[in-house]
This record gives sequence, structure tokens and C-alpha cells, in this order.
Amino acid sequence: MLRLEDLVKHYGGLAATDHLCLEIAAGELHAIIGPNGAGKSTLIGQLSGEIRPDQGRIVFDGRDITREPVHRRALAGLGRSYQISSVFTEFSALENVILAVQARSGHSFRFWRRANTETQLVQPAQAALAAVGLSDLAQRSVASLAHGERRQLEIAMTLASKPKLLLLDEPMAGMSQAESAELTQRLATLKGSLTIVLVEHDMDTVFALADRVTVLVAGRTIATGTGAEIRADPGVRQAYLGEQEESW
Amino acid sequence: MAATAILLALAAVPPLCAALAQPYYLTLFARVMILGLAAMGLNLVLGFGGLVSFGHAMYIGVGAYAVGILDAHGVTGGLFHLAAALAAGAALACFVGTVCLLTRGIAFIMITLAFAQMVFFLAVGLKEYGGDDGLSISARSAFGPLHLDDPTILYYAIFAVLLLTLLAGHRLVHSRFGMVLRGAKLNERRMAALGFPVRRYQLTAYVISALVCVLSGFLLANLTRFVSPAYMQWQVSGELIVMAVLGGTATVLGPLVGAAILLLIEEALAAFAMGLPVGVEEFVRDHRLGALGLLIVLAAVGMRRGVYGALAPSAH
Ligand SMILES: Nc1ncnc2c1ncn2[C@@H]1O[C@H](COP(=O)(O)OP(=O)(O)OP(=O)(O)O)[C@@H](O)[C@H]1O
Ligand SMILES: [Mg+2]
Repeated sequence: MLRLEDLVKHYGGLAATDHLCLEIAAGELHAIIGPNGAGKSTLIGQLSGEIRPDQGRIVFDGRDITREPVHRRALAGLGRSYQISSVFTEFSALENVILAVQARSGHSFRFWRRANTETQLVQPAQAALAAVGLSDLAQRSVASLAHGERRQLEIAMTLASKPKLLLLDEPMAGMSQAESAELTQRLATLKGSLTIVLVEHDMDTVFALADRVTVLVAGRTIATGTGAEIRADPGVRQAYLGEQEESW
Repeated sequence: MAATAILLALAAVPPLCAALAQPYYLTLFARVMILGLAAMGLNLVLGFGGLVSFGHAMYIGVGAYAVGILDAHGVTGGLFHLAAALAAGAALACFVGTVCLLTRGIAFIMITLAFAQMVFFLAVGLKEYGGDDGLSISARSAFGPLHLDDPTILYYAIFAVLLLTLLAGHRLVHSRFGMVLRGAKLNERRMAALGFPVRRYQLTAYVISALVCVLSGFLLANLTRFVSPAYMQWQVSGELIVMAVLGGTATVLGPLVGAAILLLIEEALAAFAMGLPVGVEEFVRDHRLGALGLLIVLAAVGMRRGVYGALAPSAH
């Protein structure tokens, strides 16, 4: 489904991605963990196309997408959410999701009909909002939504664009316990129907959901394997998990 | 509500001018509509697209010169004038837009200004068409039975163009296209991540907005029977921005209101006694641009959403 070959990204002298190789199978939920500044967001950015790698190749669905622009990757089936909510604050929640649906329903050189009365846009958008429990807030301006609600909206938009590969950059960041438990539940039900790359700090979530885990430190993979393998890996314990040992 | 009142007032201008025997005001309000039209065109990219173009006066120039140059060669057919104006404007806007949209922010402002200055000096260099002094137009564009030489007919023709543009603009900003344009203003990065080729839509909006200004230039040449490089001075581009901001950039109609306020105040400062003490009155009159600037600053500070935006809070 997704293959990274010898990916390199430098910021000045700093190697944010350091000769990274990774293969993600279709239907897999692959978690990426690592300390702050390990290069997780930088990696997601290179996958979605917002950050150009200095070197290496990204192959998605058998196609080399290393040089493809962001929107083309999105249309090919790569959907992402942001670590910091990235929504359209002046629009209503429903309109935010309508845009996500609209992106996938042909070109937008349509100048006359009101977009927010087109059933083929509104219905899927409402369904996506219902799925994250935001139906009641559909008409509210996003500017007036609470932080956790924006996080949910962010997920609704990403799901509404019907990706084949979902890139989630710390989707639980800033959610309440209840909200993140709910999202964990939702990701568990999505698992298998699409491929997911999940960047997450919370170890319980990661080990509960992930088929495989990659540990990133200073831009390099120090281990890849199942949750159990990662937990048992002495190198990982020493480099990263050591300090959190008591939590699991 | 406010929109209907404004349009009704504009529709009532010709009979009122006739009743009061004040033909001058017919021309004044025709100018308000023409510049309002241009400001509305600019506002498509400025207000809804978040792209500050400081060169839209050049498209007024293109529309006006199309009439002037064809007229100089004895072509009087209005449809020829219109087709030539729109074709030239579209070609220029495609090229300029493509280059300018490689940049954003301040760079975008500067490059649009630079292109407008180039076109301005090109017009100045057209010695066979009057160069710096401009060019008189021997006859207004001919549209069969529609005689634009009749000031009332010309006025209502301009009014009709304005109405159609308003309607189209109103539909456009809520359409799929409008959603993409406004979405890109709010969060361009997210739009790309959702799968929109953002620049293609911005370029289309830029060309549409340029063509509205071309239309405005076409009407302006017919109103004044004159064209000159002054139509595309950089100050005119600046005035269009002021009109849009003053009236309200979040609405389709706002820029028209801004144009009306700007032109009418300018007129009032120039023509009427203000009843201010001797000395002060002269001072204000001599520095009327400064006085106008002060008013604009006050309006901008007092009404963030522009005058019309404040009148019609939920309108688009
Ligand atoms: N645009 C940039 N310019 C310079 N350095 C950058 C840039 N973006 C990221 N970095 C650096 O690259 C490294 C990796 O950053 P990145 O944001 O990918 O880390 P992360 O693993 O997502 O961290 P976190 O867990 O805090 O989100 C960090 O040291 C960061 O300071
Ligand atoms: Mg990060």
C-alpha cells in the first residue's frame, strides 16, 4: 500500500528524517511513536506532500508519488488530519464537511447552485458529522466550537473525504478522556476497512489499536514490530520507553 | 432590505434628475455604478479570495481602450467593442494571473501593481491613440435599437449590467466554486490536503474579476466618450480597494456602497459650502483628499465589516 525508500529530510544540519525505510500493508493500522521532535509530523508532512523530502522515494498504491503535489495525492486517496486543528473557522461545521465531500465529487467549476443545498453534498456531510457526534452543532460557526469539538470536526472532514490511506497526526491531542476513548473506539471499528498511519503519544491507545508499531528517534527507525515485540525490545526500552515503563 | 433600498434609489435617479433638471447628477450616479461595478469585480478576489490585487485599474483601461481604439478605426459595433474588450482582458488576465498567483501576500500586491504600471506606460506610449493626452471617442458603441447616446438609456443600460453582475456574484459566492474560493482564503493548506487544485480556482476567479472590470471600463468609455491612461493609474487601483473595504468586503454589494460613499463625499467636499468657519472651510476644501482619508480611517476603525457590512450583518 505504502512504501518509503530511504527517505531523507534535513532542516539545516538537523536530520528530521534520516534514511527512513518503511512498508505499510493494506488494511494495516500502523502506529508511529517517538519522543518530541523525533520527526513524526515531518514524516506525515512528506507523505501528504506538504514537505518535500531531500532524497528517497514514496510509493503509494504502486505509484511513485514523491513529486506529486498535495491535492493530487489527496485525490489518489491519501487523507490526513492535523496535529493542530486545521478547519475553516468562518464556515459552519456542516460547510466544513461539505468542502471535504465536494473535493471528491468532481470539479468545482460550478457557479450557480448553492453548494449547501445540494443533497449529494449535504447528505454525506451530515452522515460524517453524525458519526462523530456533532449533528447538533452542524449549523454552528466553527469559530464558536470548543477545542474538543474542533478535533472531532477535523476527524469528520478527513473521513468524509473517503481516503484509502488515513494519516492521523496525534488525533487525540487536546481531547478529553471521554472524547479520546470514543475516538479510539471509532478507529477500532474503522480498522481493516482502510489503512491507517497513526501518530500518537498515548501508549495505551497505541498498543490497543496498532497492528504494528514503528519507533522513531531522531528521524531514524529504531524498531518496527507488533506491540508485543516493541514492548520487549531492549533498544526501545532504553531509548524511549524506559522512562514510561511503569505505565505499562 | 438594505440592498433593495439601494437598488431602488439607483433606479429612481433618472426621473429625479429630470424632475429637478439636474442632468449632471445622472452622470455622477452613472459613474458611481461603473466604479462600483469595478470594485465589485475586484472584491471577488479581494474579499472572497483573500488576494489583494493592486492592479485592477488596468482592466478598466483595457475595456476603455478597446472602445477607443476600435472607434478610432471606424468600428462602431457595440458587440465588436465588447468582444474585443473581453477577449483582450481575458488573455491579459490569464497571463498576469498565472504569474502573480505564484506568489502570495505582499509579493502578490507588488507584482499586480508592477503589471498594471507596465500596461499604464504601454498606453502612454500609444502615440497614435493620443498617448498621455488620451483619445476622444467619436461615437458610443452601437447596439442596434439601443441608443446609448440617450443619457437615460445609457444610465439604465449600466444599471442592468450592474444588476446582472450582482445576481451572478450572489450566486457565485455560494456555489461550489465560491466555497472553494472562500475556503482557500481561510485555509489554503487544508484545501489542498482535501484535494482541491487551489490555484486553478484562484486563477479562474482572478480572470472573472478582471472581466468585470473590463466591462466597467467599456461602460466608462461610453459614458465619458473619452479614454486616457489616467483610467489605469495606480491611484485608481487603490481607490477600488478603498471602495471595497469601505463598503464591506464580505458582501457582494458592499463595494458598490463604498463607491457611492467615496464619490459622493468627494463631490460634496468639492462642490458644497459646509458652513464651517472661514479659513477652516478653505482648509478642508484644499485638503479634501486628506479629509476623505480621515473619513476612511474612521470608517475602517469604527466598522470592521464596512458600511454595508454593518447595515446588513448576515448578508453576503
Ligand atoms: N520547518 C522547520 N524548520 C526547521 N526545523 C524544523 C521544522 N519543522 C520541524 N523541525 C524540526 O524537526 C524536528 C522534527 O520535528 P517534528 O515536528 O517532525 O517532530 P514530532 O516528532 O512531530 O514532534 P512532536 O511530538 O512534538 O509533535 C524537530 O527537531 C523540529 O524542531
Ligand atoms: Mg508532531
